Amino acid sequence: MNATKFDVRYMAELARIKLTAAEIATFESQLGHVLEHVEKLNQLDVSAVEPTAHSFPIYNIFREDKTRPGLDREAALANAPRQAQGLFIVTKVVE
Amino acid sequence: MALFSLTVHEAQDLLRRKEVSPKEIVEALIRRIEQVDGTIHGFLSFDPERALEEAEQADISLPLGGIPIAIKDVVSVKGHPCGCASKILQGYVAPYDATVIERLRAAGAIPFGRTNMDEFAMGSSTENSAFGPSTNPWDPERTPGGSSGGSAAVVAADEALAALGSDTGGSIRQPAALCGCVGVKPTYGRVSRYGLVAFASSLDQIGPLTKDVRDAALLMNVISGVDPCDSTALDEPVPDYTADLEKGVKNLTLGLPKEYFIKGLDPQVEEAVRAAVARYEKLGAKIVDISLPHTEYALSTYYIIAPAEASANLARFDGVRYGYRAEGITGLLDHYGKTREEGFGQEVKRRIILGTYALSSGYYDAYYLRAQKVRTLIRRDFDEAFAKVDAILCPTSPTPAFKLGERTGDPLQMYLADIFTLAANMAGICGISIPCGFADVEGKKLPIGLQILGKALNEATMFRVASAYEQSTEWHRARPGLGQVKSDR
Repeated sequence: MNATKFDVRYMAELARIKLTAAEIATFESQLGHVLEHVEKLNQLDVSAVEPTAHSFPIYNIFREDKTRPGLDREAALANAPRQAQGLFIVTKVVE
Repeated sequence: MALFSLTVHEAQDLLRRKEVSPKEIVEALIRRIEQVDGTIHGFLSFDPERALEEAEQADISLPLGGIPIAIKDVVSVKGHPCGCASKILQGYVAPYDATVIERLRAAGAIPFGRTNMDEFAMGSSTENSAFGPSTNPWDPERTPGGSSGGSAAVVAADEALAALGSDTGGSIRQPAALCGCVGVKPTYGRVSRYGLVAFASSLDQIGPLTKDVRDAALLMNVISGVDPCDSTALDEPVPDYTADLEKGVKNLTLGLPKEYFIKGLDPQVEEAVRAAVARYEKLGAKIVDISLPHTEYALSTYYIIAPAEASANLARFDGVRYGYRAEGITGLLDHYGKTREEGFGQEVKRRIILGTYALSSGYYDAYYLRAQKVRTLIRRDFDEAFAKVDAILCPTSPTPAFKLGERTGDPLQMYLADIFTLAANMAGICGISIPCGFADVEGKKLPIGLQILGKALNEATMFRVASAYEQSTEWHRARPGLGQVKSDR
């Protein structure tokens, strides 16, 4: 772990969030402090420890394979910022 | 006694004796909100007509028949806004009921109002709400805690009989402590998360905020249980959580973890919690010292796991299917970048970026995987403790309510507000905060919370321990002096 390598600009790009120069500077310092705190975890030897993803690992949970009503088209589109002819309007992806 | 100040079980008694109607209770709450919510700002919105309409049709023979319940703005109620106090979801109307809402409705309850919160439940003070903070009913210059601060504030200010919140690292228990009400974080998987807007999926639980322990148990009776819509909801029987409330604590062993009585713990909080421990001894419980040696790592573990899961969960806010979409877009990347820049607040952005880092190539093992391993150590601490004790006693929050603006400049300082509550989420166990006294701070009385941690799926014992203390004290009956009005009955 090396907090100095923390590149806010690149992370923001990966997370698809635009940030202002001021935000980048603030986050760099604030998150730098958080990461310094997190360095604490390096004090522990966890080489022989299994990770916990969920506190109650339960497996193979299925519901009955039966069709059931879902949202109709109108309800599914009701919150869309842009829609037409029963479809979502997306920003152009291809040139 | 004014109708708005009733507990759920008191209201039920009056309803069943036909001394009041559900409509009269809803009307009393509406008047109370009009009177005090200008100061408290606990509600983001509510629909009085709809609540009154539902009150007229309420079936009071049902377990929560005719009882209005305030809902945190992160739980979907069909036809109600569900905005997570975020600009990115402004105007979003939930198209379906969360499972907990279906269950509340089936039990006759009336979803009543949307309570304020930190945006996407990220925060400990409601100051991250895009619509302004809520205030603490005991001192409006202070925060009610968070993230379920609106739910805690409206219960404490008698604007709601009870409320639902969500708890990922303390977001029910910490505001309950700071506002002087009861707040429960159920065992992970005890309550379905279907319809809860996801923050950190391996930690999130929905739970009640109430005026006393019995009310919390009554709500848990209704909202708990397996759900085909949430594969992490546990298929375990739901006992009647009110059954053991009168059993007392004789022959129970309660553990006092030394790691929770540390530097940074406010002396008045420590005094109140130690007095509560002494009370338990008097009530016949056996008190033993225990150790949860990995407690000091909980905060670091949490601030890797929760942001990592949040960064993945919040990827869905893309400005296409629902929510805010930026104007003047030049292309797809610009669409995402601007929409999320303008839609999310500072803390949400901070956590998404931290989480993206923790999950990014080359750092995953060093951060996320390591944090999950430390999580195992934290869980084992509790396994070992619960082999010796029936429940654990500790403070809920290291300090009473802090002032609005006091910690907003320093995220790490804000994160420390949850230092005693995080571990329960990491371990998946249940916890409750109940009032155990007041601190005198600058001439104000500020509530203090006692946290009782119970073994996974042993909410019954947790409630029993909480109830024994509550019945031997009067703290839970104290109300803030806010807008005291004569009875409207």
